[in-house]
Amino acid sequence: MTTATEHAIGGAVPRQRRGLAAMAHDSWVVARRNLRRMTRIPEIVVFGLMQPVMFVLLFSYVMGGAITIPMAGASSNIYTQFLMAGIFAQTVTFAVAGASAGIAEDMTKGLVDRFRSLPMTRSAVLVGRTLADLVQTAFTLLVLALVALAVGWRIHNGVLRMLAAFALLLLLGYAFSWIGALIGLSVRSPEAATSAGLIWLFPLTFISNAFVPISSMPGWLQPVAYWNPFSATVQACRNLFGNQIGPVDKAWPMQHAYGVSIVSSLIVLALFSWLSVRKYRSAAG
Amino acid sequence: MAPAIQAENLVKTFGDVRALDGVSLDVPEGTVLGLLGPNGAGKTTMVRVLTTLLRPDSGRATVAGVDVLKHPNRVRSLIGLSGQYAAVDEYLTGRENLQMVGELYQMTGRAAKARADELLEWFNLDEAADRTAKTYSGGMRRRLDLAAALVVRPPVMFLDEPTTGLDPRNRLALWEVIETLVEQGTTLLLTTQYLEEADRLAHDIAVVDHGRVIARGTADQLKAQIGGERVELVVHDRALIETAVEALKSFAVGDPSVERNTRKITIPVSGGARVLADVIRELDSRRITIDDIGLRRPTLDDVFLSLTGHVTSGEAEENERAGGGEDAEAKR
Repeated sequence: MTTATEHAIGGAVPRQRRGLAAMAHDSWVVARRNLRRMTRIPEIVVFGLMQPVMFVLLFSYVMGGAITIPMAGASSNIYTQFLMAGIFAQTVTFAVAGASAGIAEDMTKGLVDRFRSLPMTRSAVLVGRTLADLVQTAFTLLVLALVALAVGWRIHNGVLRMLAAFALLLLLGYAFSWIGALIGLSVRSPEAATSAGLIWLFPLTFISNAFVPISSMPGWLQPVAYWNPFSATVQACRNLFGNQIGPVDKAWPMQHAYGVSIVSSLIVLALFSWLSVRKYRSAAG
Repeated sequence: MAPAIQAENLVKTFGDVRALDGVSLDVPEGTVLGLLGPNGAGKTTMVRVLTTLLRPDSGRATVAGVDVLKHPNRVRSLIGLSGQYAAVDEYLTGRENLQMVGELYQMTGRAAKARADELLEWFNLDEAADRTAKTYSGGMRRRLDLAAALVVRPPVMFLDEPTTGLDPRNRLALWEVIETLVEQGTTLLLTTQYLEEADRLAHDIAVVDHGRVIARGTADQLKAQIGGERVELVVHDRALIETAVEALKSFAVGDPSVERNTRKITIPVSGGARVLADVIRELDSRRITIDDIGLRRPTLDDVFLSLTGHVTSGEAEENERAGGGEDAEAKR
């Protein structure tokens, strides 16, 4: 190796950025790193896309004929209209898996140690990761929307309301990626993180109005599905897309879907970001 | 001069395991302390406490005069850490890895880029700079990891088994880098399982076992602790062993030992090479032919054996299996 004559001893210059500015800067550096990784491992993005796209195709063509929507009969095209809000919402919750696997991997590979030994904002590792996941989620939603349009999905309330629906979806996805962050910090391997990140999402997203009308479920299950905060986001999107068929269910959370959706996403976001940052710090000492 | 690293009575337990059992250390500015011990001895836990990654149960520590427990973020801007496994992002290029670290040390984008270029050149990674670290060999990754620890030219560095798993050529190259850093005044705490490494790089050695420092001193002091030098020789003719022992009695400072089947005689001596020459002359004058002769000083291996009652290498592997849980615990 060549000799370094100019390797003078220094130490980092005192940081000029403080508080929020420091957090924004460090989070951006970490987010950029995670976005770069995504471009280098396109499989992750592609497989992240394949699952929801497959669901759109399978549900509209295979199940669509069998699932009846009240007031609309059994037309598969009608079911596609009903289905899309549910698929979109389920897709954004899968951001959990990306965040948990990514953070678990950083933990096992020693990168988190590197970050923790640097004079950076403690929460930036997690904020940067979840922001990168948000970008990936937005990209996935965009592609999914194009696929949905191709199989006959239509919006009826204009572009602005559609964008409002996507904003609700992204808020939900961002909140959920913090659940993923906590899982990633808690488990011991990326593999465990992936399954721990996904397994509970199936009951959560299926015991809801995402794929079938709640009125078709057994009576004891219906309150669970109505009060499942995930159902509120699906209902809110269905309203905004103009995909609601017939009157909205009488249950209180369905009648107040926008509020329930936003408030529950914010609660999840606040609770899990607090828990995750605390866990990251406490492990850091 | 105030010590660059000072630890007082550090204790850290993981369940029933006392990973650190009251460790006190000080490393004067500009010197290298080698923490020598088998896996599971507590070396990594020590480094993690001093680099703010882990909070001890009790005790206190300062690095570059800054309290590790009270002002961890100030400590972080004064230290560089390079660990056992190269902590680089394998999907980023070498250059991107170093730039990211620089920016997280709060350098400006431009300064981080310039420093990355400098380090890539110094570590002979300039040609591989724009390839992802995934394509790097083990030695290159380790170099990149060490370069990442040097981004801000930290006055105090912690190297946790920097050469474990490297081939001899890469190990030598890394030693040269480390020696350059020390020449330039960096204070260094180095953990190692390799006696040779501690012997070559460290001014001072602390032998650690079961979370305690069981010996401290320079390599020579440690060697002297377990006794002096000895002359070992192999007599050609078995029948002349007794004659040879008799002839050498005047040089011995203790009891000679004899292994009859290998025809080897060992006599404790003092006086170094001069004694060796005298011994040869004496044997020659009595026409006793020898097949082999040498002056042997105790090695750090001998030191380790006498201090801990076990050898390093075999024990290290055993501990790796037994103490794996503790290491995994320490990482969390």
